[in-house]
Amino acid sequence: MDLKPGSRWKSAVCNTEVVVVRPPNAATSLECGGYPVIAHSAEKPADKTVAEDFAGGTQAGKRFADAQTGLEVLCTKAGAGTLTIEGREIGAKEAKKLPASD
Amino acid sequence: MHTALLLDMAADAAPDRLALGRRADGLTFAETRRRARKAAAWLAGHGGQTVAFVGLNGPTLPVVLFASALLAKPFAPLNYRLADVDLNRLVARTAPSVVVVDDDMASRLAPCPGVTVVSRSALEAAACADGDGGEDYSAIDPDVGVLLFTSGTTGEPKAAILRHRNLTSYVISTVEFLGAEDDEAALVSVPPYHIAGISAILTSVYGGRRIVHLAAFTPETWVDAAADEAITHAMVVPTMLGRIMDVLEARGESLPNLRALSYGGGRMPLPVIERALALLPHVDFVNAYGLTETSSTIAVLGPDDHRMAIYADDPEVRRRLGSVGRPLPALELEIRGPHGEVLPPGQSGEIYVRGEQVSGEYTHKKVVQDDGWFATNDGGWMDAAGYLFVEGRLDDVIVRGGENISPGEIEDVLRQHPAVADVAVLGLPDNEWGEKVAAVIVAEGEPPSAADLAGWVKSQLRSTKTPEIWEFRAALPYNETGKLLRRQLRAEMASAAPA
Repeated sequence: MDLKPGSRWKSAVCNTEVVVVRPPNAATSLECGGYPVIAHSAEKPADKTVAEDFAGGTQAGKRFADAQTGLEVLCTKAGAGTLTIEGREIGAKEAKKLPASD
Repeated sequence: MHTALLLDMAADAAPDRLALGRRADGLTFAETRRRARKAAAWLAGHGGQTVAFVGLNGPTLPVVLFASALLAKPFAPLNYRLADVDLNRLVARTAPSVVVVDDDMASRLAPCPGVTVVSRSALEAAACADGDGGEDYSAIDPDVGVLLFTSGTTGEPKAAILRHRNLTSYVISTVEFLGAEDDEAALVSVPPYHIAGISAILTSVYGGRRIVHLAAFTPETWVDAAADEAITHAMVVPTMLGRIMDVLEARGESLPNLRALSYGGGRMPLPVIERALALLPHVDFVNAYGLTETSSTIAVLGPDDHRMAIYADDPEVRRRLGSVGRPLPALELEIRGPHGEVLPPGQSGEIYVRGEQVSGEYTHKKVVQDDGWFATNDGGWMDAAGYLFVEGRLDDVIVRGGENISPGEIEDVLRQHPAVADVAVLGLPDNEWGEKVAAVIVAEGEPPSAADLAGWVKSQLRSTKTPEIWEFRAALPYNETGKLLRRQLRAEMASAAPA
């Protein structure tokens, strides 16, 4: 999958949607709910559900960053699956709340 | 990333929350998105590669901004306060385009090749019409989000390019998604063609904060709207703040709902912010420094910084009230000398900035360096704790006998004089020194003597910084967003007093 900045993806098995903020430094696979994510415009397969071990859930507005690959995504729609890279969970970035300036 | 996605996220997660307008008849996030889609479908039928906007603030502004984004067409809000000839010149530069114009301004636009003019009321009718809002535009790859024409006080205005990735990077790195409480409302009174007007829309939508637009600023209507609409957040330029406080004091109004007031867009005189802190002790004050070319804010002096500074005994800390705070964590900022060398704390130079929100691009010229650094053309320095002090445009620096003199430093000293209400310091041509220092004073009450003022400056600054020319005026020229028209003043004075 070509995880270029600005590209949009969705989970194959839950409602999670993400947009790529920073690309990975080498080709890799992003998964959600235990299955590779699919293009935003693609149809979801009907026969799959969130895998038991990958049901941590995502939250809209959270940024997920993976130190190993450099990939960073913003969750644009919440869902029941966990975001992983090649099976490894990616951590949510701590939000830096700044005072409203405009 | 696409700016329209910011609205999409808010509309998906909080469809019924109010997004735009007054409590009584405002639009929800879901309705705002629906109207943006309807407006996009309608605008698509009028052709053009850019969507220009000539009109006042209001809910239609965000609708058109997001509609343009959906179509992947740059949105170009134009300064309706310009003289007709100048406004029409800007309109021509947006061709091929469709221009949305307020109905009562339409007669000001002359026919122009490649430009289709549509009225605001026609667009509003199309956006309000029933239906679920046109096609799906998500497959379109957007690039330029906004074109903003600089005020052009030196000549032909430059068109700054802000790409979708610059704007969204600024928003998602500074704002927590739906971080606003349900009852939060932002009063936006900067005009549509100002970067702060654009960033206010994007950050408020992403943060889930309702936007109340003031069609055009007067201190009375600002205070009325703030009280009537239980406004919690607002951004003002320095000249607005002083005038707002006059009205608050005259009416005995304390705006109990107001939580945060940010200011920027020009130098804030210390006496004004000190007065504001005393008058509105329940309010969090935020000083934001940014440029059009950096998608708004790049440094922030936060509420606690304000309180620490105002109550500090340590002059180092107290001085920070005159700073713009510290750079945002998502970007890098350096002070550089004339040969590009990075300067240590305490030394004045040019402010450079680098980060994803920095565009540093104009339609005819890319001014950002290959390594991403953008020279702001603002002078400044940082203290040892990383607080940034902005000295003003480098073009305004006075060079007297080889010495660089910053007008802001002299203005700050003069503004502390009890008989000075407002002041501008500038350089005038001089045969001996190249430039000489001149001060234009607006007196508070009985005008002080030039000798008195000169003695005041000399007691605090080096003697070369003492103005040699003194002029007294009833008022200084400012543009409507609070920028002192220094060059106009200089031109008037230079022609009056030959070197």
